[in-house]
Amino acid sequence: MSQTGTVGDKVFRVILFITAAIILLIVAVMIFMMVLNSMPTIRQFGFGFLTGREWKPALSEFGALPFIYGTIVSSLIALIISVPISLGIAIFLVEQAPKKIATPIAFMVELLAAIPSVVYGLWGIFVLAPFVRNYLGVFLENYLGWLPLFQGRLTGIGMLTGGIILALMITPIITAVVRDVFEAVPTTQREAALALGATKWETTQIVLGNASSGIAGAVVLGLGRALGETMAVTMVIGNSPQISASLFEPAYTIASVLAANFAEATDRLYLSALIEIGLVLFLVTFVVNALAKLLILSVTRGRASAKHT
Amino acid sequence: MPSKISISNLNFYYGKEQALYDISLEIPAREVVAFIGPSGCGKSTFLRTLNRMNDTIPIARVEGSVLIDGKDIYAPGTDVVALRRKVGMVFQKSNPFPKSIYENVAYGIRINRMHKNKADLKERVEKALNDAALLGEVKDRMNTSAFGLSGGQQQRLCIARALAVQPEVVLMDEPASALDPIATQKIEELIVELKKQYTIVIVTHNMQQAARVSDRTAFFMLGKLIEFNATQKIFTNPDEKMTEDYVTGKFG
Amino acid sequence: MTTLTAACAVFAIVILLIILSYIAVRGITSINLEFLVDTPKPVGEGGGIGNAIVGSVMMTLLATLIGLPIGIGAGVYMAEFGNNWFGSTVRFISDTLIGIPSIIIGIFIYTLVVLPMGRQSGLAGGLALAIIMIPIVARTTEEMIRLVPNSMREAALALGAPQWRVIWNIVLPAASAGIATGVMLAIARISGETAPLLFTALNSRFYNYFFDQPMSSLTVQIYNYATGPFDIEHNMAWAATLILVGLILTINIAVRYLTRKRF
Repeated sequence: MSQTGTVGDKVFRVILFITAAIILLIVAVMIFMMVLNSMPTIRQFGFGFLTGREWKPALSEFGALPFIYGTIVSSLIALIISVPISLGIAIFLVEQAPKKIATPIAFMVELLAAIPSVVYGLWGIFVLAPFVRNYLGVFLENYLGWLPLFQGRLTGIGMLTGGIILALMITPIITAVVRDVFEAVPTTQREAALALGATKWETTQIVLGNASSGIAGAVVLGLGRALGETMAVTMVIGNSPQISASLFEPAYTIASVLAANFAEATDRLYLSALIEIGLVLFLVTFVVNALAKLLILSVTRGRASAKHT
Repeated sequence: MPSKISISNLNFYYGKEQALYDISLEIPAREVVAFIGPSGCGKSTFLRTLNRMNDTIPIARVEGSVLIDGKDIYAPGTDVVALRRKVGMVFQKSNPFPKSIYENVAYGIRINRMHKNKADLKERVEKALNDAALLGEVKDRMNTSAFGLSGGQQQRLCIARALAVQPEVVLMDEPASALDPIATQKIEELIVELKKQYTIVIVTHNMQQAARVSDRTAFFMLGKLIEFNATQKIFTNPDEKMTEDYVTGKFG
Repeated sequence: MTTLTAACAVFAIVILLIILSYIAVRGITSINLEFLVDTPKPVGEGGGIGNAIVGSVMMTLLATLIGLPIGIGAGVYMAEFGNNWFGSTVRFISDTLIGIPSIIIGIFIYTLVVLPMGRQSGLAGGLALAIIMIPIVARTTEEMIRLVPNSMREAALALGAPQWRVIWNIVLPAASAGIATGVMLAIARISGETAPLLFTALNSRFYNYFFDQPMSSLTVQIYNYATGPFDIEHNMAWAATLILVGLILTINIAVRYLTRKRF
């Protein structure tokens, strides 16, 4: 049944509709402009652009594989470090810590997310990189040096440091989502477990089981953030387009090659190559974020329906 | 006596579900009519068809006619905003705006541009508060938040807010269900007082309340109007067996 | 088990404290009044971040002027009229836009504004920041407006208020505290953005008050100083970071304090 609105209602509604439509328009124009401006390299290199290993702008040779490799590996390092820590923090905050302690700790973890990327980069250059060079890298070389991962020249600037800084940056994000997901698990689940004589840790395991797809969503969301994180990585990863087994060696990510070179790219083909890499990053993060959203919703939506019954 | 509101053959649907069946009813001016019945019987839904509050539900659909002063409020081109000014409403839970006591009452006057000047506005606000038997309690703190009032005072504030736009009909949807007995008594006294100026339709789940305040009572069940009669008769000697069973507490 | 999870929490806090204490110690030792008002100078001649502060403030203001009305409007639309396919689409696209790396926004604005204009500008930088801000403000506004009880809308409608008045003078004011909180956090977020400014606003060594010229910003200046070869530049990077992080943390803590009091 439609409401017989006044003229004011109609005008108001149209204005609001336009503001909402602007958001769709932004994304549509964004995709269009990026495809349009990467046409030169899409035409010239086709699919080979993504699998080529040589990146020599001066010779008009553009292969994006080193950047794709660097992006994936640095993000994986970040997840390997960050996921257990984030889960630990979330379990501590929701299931174990008394509220009096949990609230300020949760806020401090959130503050980690408020620190700008460029500040992580600054700190990474002058504090984390020397730490990796003088302590962590040496330790890994001594005990795990038989792995190709931990061989090579240790400068502190490279893939490992990039992965660690990413881990620090995505930890508050994963923690926040996992907390939400845990809090969405109905109290009745915990009470049921406790009433059966389960210990606190066994009860937590029940909660983890309930929340598993939401946890997966949080991890995927963290992955999306790590894939696109730019400044901090650019400042510590070494910016060298190579594919090396060693995590000590410098590398390059998609986001960092854009940050480091875009302003200087005047040649049309060079610019097109950079925009095409950007387009790849855009599409990948779009899909990853959509997936994360679906996974998280599958848990938190359950809360809404549980409340009504 | 001419009817203020005249409903004929009203059907109401939520999507495919029919919620009200073929209801016809005459509500006289300056009387209190009570709607009673078990919960879910459609009495609140019916009340909300009288000022088209159901318009806010997208899947709702109405058939039949509701005439107020002889004009069909569901006719195409009806000004719903003007209708709602004429047919005020008080809700089950008091719902003051997050504004001061004064601004709560002044809001409807302002948006309908009923006041000539500031002094006139103040006069109207005070009159409405006085009519709602609240002025004495809030005179000294008109500019404080409405949330500072007690539950019963908040509900009387909402009544004052509804009265301030000078409606002709006041719909009340279980106005005292969330209040304690003393606050309830005040609201009931107020209803009897308001009848002198307004036509009042009240939905209540409390049969004693209906018996105390109303002139006529309509009994609803499962979306149907079972009986509409003088209150006296409904509670002592109803025509229908179902009504008798309900008012004597055999079910519901 | 509790020991292990508590250790994770302690780890995160220790990292936070280490980062903040480095910023505080290295920043305070390099900061002075001259630094705050001066423009960058050749190495060894001092120099400061005065023009970068002005540029950051101007671009953040421009972004807020553009992003606020659009974001709030879209949020109100989603909350009040958005229970249909269009509303769901806007909601979904907003969420994904929030997750898109900010450097991509920079590329987009580069193709849309910088290429046609033929040069980098404060306008381009401000627009890039606005695009980052819009979906954040829209989603916060939507959530806050959905918290306003329906009974308030009904009360106003029943008084004969048209819908736009109900939203404008009842629903929006009721949600204003929450929306303001979201806007403050969005401003804190964009004032820390670097990537979308690198090739849209570029940088400038001078005070610039015109949006059609390249514009300096605190964050890009920090990046340049931090990656420069000289210690004196590194010191300036720390000092500028102290200003930036001080501002952002102040907003975050203030918002936290204010909302805590309310709820």
